[in-house]
Amino acid sequence: MMLQPVISMDSPGTAPAPAPALEVSNLTVEFPTKRGVLTAIDDVSMRIEPGEILGVVGESGAGKSITGLAVLGLLESPGRITGGKIHVGGRRVDTLGEDELTKVRGREMGAIFQDPLTALNPLFSIGAQLVETIRRHTDLGKEAARARALQLLREVGIPAPDERLKQYPHQFSGGMRQRVVIALALAAEPGLIIADEPTTALDVSIQAQITALLRRLCKEHRTGIMLVTHDMGVIAETADRVAVMYSGRVVETGRVEDVIHNPQHPYTRGLMAAIPSLHDRVETLTQIDGSMPRLNARPDGCAFNPRCPNAGPRCRRDRPDLVTAGPSLAACFLHEGGTQ
Amino acid sequence: MLAFLIKRSANAVFVMLSVSFIAFMIFRFVGDPVDLMLNEQATQAQRDELRIRLGLDEPFIMQFGTFVSNAAQGDFGISFRNQQDVLGMISERFPATFELVIVATIISLVVGIPLGVITAIRRQTWYAEAMQFVSIIGVSLPSFVVGIGLILIFSVWLGWLPAFGRGETVQLGWWSTGLLTHSGRMSIILPALSLSLFQITLVMRLVRAEMLEVLRSDFIKFARARGIPARAIHFRHALRNCLMPVVTMTAMQIGGLIAFALVTETVFQWPGMGLLFIQAVTFVDVPIMAAYLCIVALIFVLLNTIVDITYAMIDPRLRGAEK
Repeated sequence: MMLQPVISMDSPGTAPAPAPALEVSNLTVEFPTKRGVLTAIDDVSMRIEPGEILGVVGESGAGKSITGLAVLGLLESPGRITGGKIHVGGRRVDTLGEDELTKVRGREMGAIFQDPLTALNPLFSIGAQLVETIRRHTDLGKEAARARALQLLREVGIPAPDERLKQYPHQFSGGMRQRVVIALALAAEPGLIIADEPTTALDVSIQAQITALLRRLCKEHRTGIMLVTHDMGVIAETADRVAVMYSGRVVETGRVEDVIHNPQHPYTRGLMAAIPSLHDRVETLTQIDGSMPRLNARPDGCAFNPRCPNAGPRCRRDRPDLVTAGPSLAACFLHEGGTQ
Repeated sequence: MLAFLIKRSANAVFVMLSVSFIAFMIFRFVGDPVDLMLNEQATQAQRDELRIRLGLDEPFIMQFGTFVSNAAQGDFGISFRNQQDVLGMISERFPATFELVIVATIISLVVGIPLGVITAIRRQTWYAEAMQFVSIIGVSLPSFVVGIGLILIFSVWLGWLPAFGRGETVQLGWWSTGLLTHSGRMSIILPALSLSLFQITLVMRLVRAEMLEVLRSDFIKFARARGIPARAIHFRHALRNCLMPVVTMTAMQIGGLIAFALVTETVFQWPGMGLLFIQAVTFVDVPIMAAYLCIVALIFVLLNTIVDITYAMIDPRLRGAEK
């Protein structure tokens, strides 16, 4: 079985069910370079329901951040979407022009980036940046926007918001800044938030607070969150479902507990085995041999075949698609009649 | 703030004393003013008499001490050459130079900053490339060539603007301004333009380089992700982060222009300080040279203070000392 087919949002829907917060179907992103076209994202589909957190996990270069940026329409030149569709809250966004996109960004989809130390403009107070964002997306006047800013700061757990509003980013700690970034992302109550490594730059003790905050906001506001990270631990604590990416493709997707406890793709299995346990002391850490192929040197067939313990001739010849594999979906011939 | 001002003032006094001391030392080697002031038939007695009258018989350190205590009271002495009050001569000339420099600086900022922003955000367009190319010419053309070219076009061929002089001036206390009369305003356009051309290109290239740097930063990407429109991103968020080096450079340039607007003043017969200084050097007119250098030093010290205050206005991170 293939991943659920895309429901067309262009025709007036008859189904009463709310549109998914995010629906990406068959997305392809390419970077034309002097030495040929590099395919960073290759036929990726994913779907996030309102109030659901989808963890997107993979090593650096797997394409997880690019997927997030493509949804936001913030791909850096020369990167461009060459195939597929992106719907946010039922509205198609990948075909919008820059002016239209500017209206959608912040209002219908928010973003949280990796490094809270650099995500805020150092020369403007927190209040100014919040009020600017709020007034951009609502009809609120100055005073009402300020009140809303206070409410947002309270909501993300910043103590003494009245004083904090006048302060500048450098007067906040890393964790507090990430809360401000989250407040900014929430300013217009978007239905979707792209959180790109939101906890990576933070202390471990702060990480748990931020993931708990994200989880709470997601459930309270019915926001869909795409949580991009390389940290399986964060996914396990926070996400409802997970999509494992490898070399520009989704190789496995399913409910978090299924993927963690019962991984179906050899890559996911390797990933899980590589997480060191707190309880056992080991001499050498488990790792997956080799490294992810560069974009311009992808092998034929399955991109994971050079590192895969189960690879057979079929894996070097054909490219597997996502199929039902136990409780999840996995792109591996082991679940499609073998690798011979 | 008070501690800052006191520290600054002490600093300024020290800088000015050093400058005037060095200036005094150098002037001793420029030549003997007595030789230049008297004709060759003067007797030794006449020479000695003049030397005593000017105070040049005293030891160097005494001369310097007298100069400093007088200067502190605004008395820079009498010009050796034309026996006029030095401060009066300078304050007569200073407004002309100052107005010229300020107008040139304003032009360079008003034109240079938007050009810099535009060439940065539209850097792949033909007009941005063309601007970059033209700016190289602007940087490398000597200002007297620009001045002569402007005179040729706007005064000789088109006859729109006066080619020399300052036009009519209005006296505001000791300050004479040309900005309040029509002829004064017309007269300042060409010299200010020729002085600002180099500045424009400098400001433009600086702003462009800074913008390209800032536009790559995370907070710009995040501002876009928040849905802030491009205009506000470029002119509010990015530009403000580019201003520090622009402020620094502008202040240094103002000081430099006041001190060395000489070439432009000569081309346009502008009655400023530059000409006064050159004449003073030719005639070893030590009081004028000393006063001139002290005033230039004072201007630099003031500009530096203004720069520091402006920094704190632009960047909240530098306001820490207030608490």
